[in-house]
Amino acid sequence: MKKGPFDMGQIDIAWCPGCGNFGILTALKGALTELGVRPEKLVIASGIGQAAKTPHYVRTNVFNGLHGRAVPAATAIKAANPGLTVIAEGGDGDMYGEGGNHFIHAIRRNPDITVIVHNNMVYALTKGQASPTSSIGFKTPVQVRGVTEEPFNAIAVSVALNASFVARAFAGDHDQTKDIIKKAVSHRGFALVEILQPCVSFNKVNTYQWFKENTAYHEASYDPSDRFAAFKRATEAEKMLLGIFYVNPDKPCFEDTLPPYYKETTPLFKRRIDGEKLFGLIDSRRRV
Amino acid sequence: MSHSSVEKKDDVSVVLCGEAGQGIQTVEQILTKVLKFSGYNIFGTKEYMSRVRGGSNSTQIRVSSRRVSSPVDRIDILIPFDRKALEHVGRRIHEDTVIIGEMKELFPDGDDKAFNCIDIHYSDIASDVGGAIYINTVATGVIAGLFSVDRRQFDDMIETFFTGSSQSIIDKNKEAGGRGYDAARTLVDAGRIGVDVTAHPDVAGEILMNGADAVGIGAIAGGCNFVASYPMSPSTAVLVFLAAHADEFGIVVEQAEDEIAAMNMTLGAWYAGARAMVTTSGGGFALMEEAVGLAGMLESPVVIHLAQRPGPATGLPTRTEQGDLQLALYSGHGEFPRIIMAPGSLEDAVHLSHRAFNAADKFQVPVFILTDQYLMDSYYNIPSVGISDTGAIHCFIETDESYKRYVLSENGVSPRGIPGFGTGLVSVDSDEHDEEGHITEDLDLRVAMADKRLAKMTEMEKDALPPELIGKDDYSVLIVGWGSTYHVIKEALTMMNRDDVSFLHFKQVYPLHPLTADYLKKARSVVVIEGNATGQFANLIKLRTGYDVHHRILKYNGLQYTVEEVTDRLSEVIE
Repeated sequence: MKKGPFDMGQIDIAWCPGCGNFGILTALKGALTELGVRPEKLVIASGIGQAAKTPHYVRTNVFNGLHGRAVPAATAIKAANPGLTVIAEGGDGDMYGEGGNHFIHAIRRNPDITVIVHNNMVYALTKGQASPTSSIGFKTPVQVRGVTEEPFNAIAVSVALNASFVARAFAGDHDQTKDIIKKAVSHRGFALVEILQPCVSFNKVNTYQWFKENTAYHEASYDPSDRFAAFKRATEAEKMLLGIFYVNPDKPCFEDTLPPYYKETTPLFKRRIDGEKLFGLIDSRRRV
Repeated sequence: MSHSSVEKKDDVSVVLCGEAGQGIQTVEQILTKVLKFSGYNIFGTKEYMSRVRGGSNSTQIRVSSRRVSSPVDRIDILIPFDRKALEHVGRRIHEDTVIIGEMKELFPDGDDKAFNCIDIHYSDIASDVGGAIYINTVATGVIAGLFSVDRRQFDDMIETFFTGSSQSIIDKNKEAGGRGYDAARTLVDAGRIGVDVTAHPDVAGEILMNGADAVGIGAIAGGCNFVASYPMSPSTAVLVFLAAHADEFGIVVEQAEDEIAAMNMTLGAWYAGARAMVTTSGGGFALMEEAVGLAGMLESPVVIHLAQRPGPATGLPTRTEQGDLQLALYSGHGEFPRIIMAPGSLEDAVHLSHRAFNAADKFQVPVFILTDQYLMDSYYNIPSVGISDTGAIHCFIETDESYKRYVLSENGVSPRGIPGFGTGLVSVDSDEHDEEGHITEDLDLRVAMADKRLAKMTEMEKDALPPELIGKDDYSVLIVGWGSTYHVIKEALTMMNRDDVSFLHFKQVYPLHPLTADYLKKARSVVVIEGNATGQFANLIKLRTGYDVHHRILKYNGLQYTVEEVTDRLSEVIE
């Protein structure tokens, strides 16, 4: 196979054979290639977990930070240099558990970043505990009598917070997932792509087969600009729906609201202090 | 009533005390400016409760013929806004203290015999003008009148201060201030009260600011263009300062959802080429600690302004302490180098904040600016900030295709690339990583990377700011202090007038300057003075130099030392 711009060559990948992450990695690299994104102008930020290792397997700039903290880092990277394409990537525990507060506030802030959440409904790297998205009744060595908490519905939360782009994909569907990622990366503003994926080692309930039986795409006529319809579909549908739930293109992006970019788009690293202004400020303290 | 006028002093300590919400801050802000502008040296500091209304808060303003930069216990003139004030500062009232107050409020039973009082009917004047809210402006006028501030300048200052309010409010404040001013002039003319402070024309044009302004100015000088924080007293003033100047200097100012986000944003910002800082206090910083470790692992520069207040937990939110040296020193898990600076003066705060950005970028380490509530909230006049150029030193490089972020190097510093500048790729990883920044479990490489990170300490020690010696070289007693106690110890030493006692002040507390031990060994007796309960700096000295200091003077009641307190406590331990 021809080596793509984002392919790393021979590397040791830490995922289990058959892991849903492989499909996501392929779709992600395909989407970026088709969009014509240049590896040196892209940053993928991630946290900790098996999903959060993804950027190490993509030939690009990587900020692999702390568990749950990819989104604040990604937000700041975009704010420091709006010319970069910025993706934050991680699993359901990383983004919705440890990083839940950042997830909520990033939606409010609306930076122009894409947040890709690998949702396998289980904690895999720590060997099989419940995640915020595990189903009620899901048994683990910690949740020995089964999960009792309501699963975190990121799609509904995002729509409720009027996120600017909300989508769900399934790792088993390469073409659709690639297409959704392309639309999310192209979208200006906070874009959530939650990607359902099986965990072949620790989730024996939500398997490839289970996802095939329990998911369905929005019909072609569905209008993603209708927030109430999106919320209804996120909360009431019999199956977990796939595709773009909601798009609100009218929200101002975080970067556009920041003082350094009122008049110019130069990234911060190219800026230098205006010494005269600074001494003017100091001298202002001499006056009444 | 008054049985004596205040003696003619050339260094007058004025204290205003009242409830939160009675406008003491307004008085402080107007008076410090207008008195400085009249050519008086001034120093202003405050202590206040963590509440929006009620309680008892006080502000001290020293007005002096000579430069003053530290608090004193002594009160020469007290303006109490309520009876509670007399209890709140009661310990500090002495036989020469003149209380300029409203006697029927302060002593409803007429029991004022023990005090030296001058009666001014603040509330009657205020209600004449328009209501009780003008009481503070009347008091402002009294002080302005007492020091013969130019009347027109005083009016202009009120006008400036209340800009944005309705003309009626401005006019009423001017009237209230004017009535207070006239009342004071009448007293002065009658010989009831007088001061003898000399105004210096040069002082009028000096810089007046507080520690928060100084840290903010230093940060901008250091090229700060990104700050993310979560509000927390007493660190918020720096965030407010940078927000006020964000448009002018192109600064991203983000109030994050929590301190965890703030610190992670700051690291993301440095990664992408910004010069970023957080400003926080104890509990907030505790939340940032994990990301301090991330900075250690990523070898990311970061500047952390940590304004100390007494802990643990919520502690005394609006008070001061030097209790977080250990917190800064040991924050973050794992082993990695860091720099901790502790400004002693406004000039230091500017200089060190500026230096912090350059040092962070040069060594790719976290750099702390350790201040406290006292320094944040204290004002005085200085001739200049002591920096002649802005000189933000940028250390990042343009990458090429062969670029590796963590190339092993002798001194531990690998050239720092940033994404989007050059053709190389920049990979940073919180996991142990290889030279390219990719996750590794090669255990030999782990050792090489840990050694590389720690190797920076050698250069960092060489680069450490030397302590400042005040006094003679051939001392027999050496007093050691760090951070915000600089001026108060210095003034106490002047008062003690002992040529065998010198003062060594540390502006950088970690890593310690290599000459530290030599300074200590020269002394017959070493006394460490610090604002915490355990002697954290004395312990650090022992840890790093093996030297046991002889005496520790400690204070941890939430207030800064006063000059008298330092002299008293020193006299207990030195012969």
